[in-house]
Amino acid sequence: MSQPLPTRRDEAWRYSDLDAVAKLWPLPEAEHIVVPAGGQWTRSIVQDASGVQQIQMSLGKGAVASLHVLNIGGDYGRIELDVTLHEGADFTLGAAQIGGGAQTLEIVTTVTHAEPDATSRQTVRSVLGGHATGTYLGKVAVARGAQHTDSEQSVKAMLLDRTATANAKPELEIFADDVKCAHGCAIGELDPTALFYLESRGLPPAEARTLLLQAFVAGVFEGAADADALQALALAKLGELA
Amino acid sequence: MLQINNLHATVADKPILKGLSLKINAGEIHAIMGPNGAGKSTLTYTLGGRPGYEVTEGSVDFDGQDLLALAPHERAAAGLFLGFQYPVEIPGVSNVQFLREALNSQRKVRGEEPLSGGEFLKLARAQADAMGMDMEMLKRPVNVGFSGGEKKRNEMVQMGILDPKLAILDETDSGLDIDALRVVGDGINRIMRKPDKAVLLITHYQRLLDYVKPDFVHVLAAGRIVKSGGPELALELEEEGYREIAA
Repeated sequence: MSQPLPTRRDEAWRYSDLDAVAKLWPLPEAEHIVVPAGGQWTRSIVQDASGVQQIQMSLGKGAVASLHVLNIGGDYGRIELDVTLHEGADFTLGAAQIGGGAQTLEIVTTVTHAEPDATSRQTVRSVLGGHATGTYLGKVAVARGAQHTDSEQSVKAMLLDRTATANAKPELEIFADDVKCAHGCAIGELDPTALFYLESRGLPPAEARTLLLQAFVAGVFEGAADADALQALALAKLGELA
Repeated sequence: MLQINNLHATVADKPILKGLSLKINAGEIHAIMGPNGAGKSTLTYTLGGRPGYEVTEGSVDFDGQDLLALAPHERAAAGLFLGFQYPVEIPGVSNVQFLREALNSQRKVRGEEPLSGGEFLKLARAQADAMGMDMEMLKRPVNVGFSGGEKKRNEMVQMGILDPKLAILDETDSGLDIDALRVVGDGINRIMRKPDKAVLLITHYQRLLDYVKPDFVHVLAAGRIVKSGGPELALELEEEGYREIAA
């Protein structure tokens, strides 16, 4: 039996474009990925058309997984991750969402540190122009006994127009007492002082903005096998917005 | 080269420049000195075209062009360089990348061919060497983690690479120790002391003028030039203070 359509009251869908979601409903089956103990896994996802991708991952003892996401796509692009980390596992997410027009782009993650000594790093950068909406909902759950958890969420959004919207909600749920969980979140606009500095050296305004935006998302694709290709795609999309 | 006529400018609707006139010919170095709040930085930013600095009256002619009609990047392409009192830190943007793009943008406006990566690096290395700056530093993000002196040195490297006709240097001497002051002063002389170039030095103190000898010194007070003279005026100011001279 298919799931009922989500509503606004559903926290995970609160900022979504529900009309767009209805068109995509019912969603395809979530993908299940198991990285065995000691295993290594990497993937890059480019979401460049409307769609919802749900991925459930389980990382075995000491497994290392890294996922890089470029979400630029369609009217409604959503990536959902549900990651469970076992002892000493290590998970990295580097994601950029870049949207303009009336696009709605979302990254929704749940990272569960089920056992001790696991690490997770999530870096998400959103650049939003026009009437676009970019959302990051990220929950880090630390289970009882998952001591020495080391988790970090770094979430930043850049609004190019006053009409664009960024939602960011890093969330922690911790049932262990010896853990390190850092999260930082910032939403801002391009620094006019930096723009003027670049322009005073001869860069036209659009190029100055692109350069600053490029710097803003730089680093999220670090470690990806196809980092250069992702960066080039991101840059092309940024060029359209600037 | 630069002719400023009766320039009035406001910042946030507050009048700061109130009828400033100044003429600078090619081959000349002018110094503007003045007390805090006289409008020195406002003059720099107004000539550079910074948003928020609004010209309400007057004109500025730069080599036959109406400077005030140009956007900031067009002023740069026309040959204007601003040395910032507080050079901006820009994380994630490398000096080399930004300067190459900036120089090639300027060249494009002037109808010149862009420099290749190799040609640009050669030029950048020569300018960095001349300022005693490590090339590795030039590859790092713009001014990030640079000391005050390194930032000013970097301004001079940028000036050397961009090779402007007119440099307006806003308190380039602030935050420099004696050694750095000499290096920066030598840089200004080496790059700009030429018959077809000119410099406007904006400073509080006489000390930079020991290294970069001005041909003319002007006193700016309350948004206007109240006194002009030769290099001896700077010494007089140093001894007697602005209050006496500007009164």
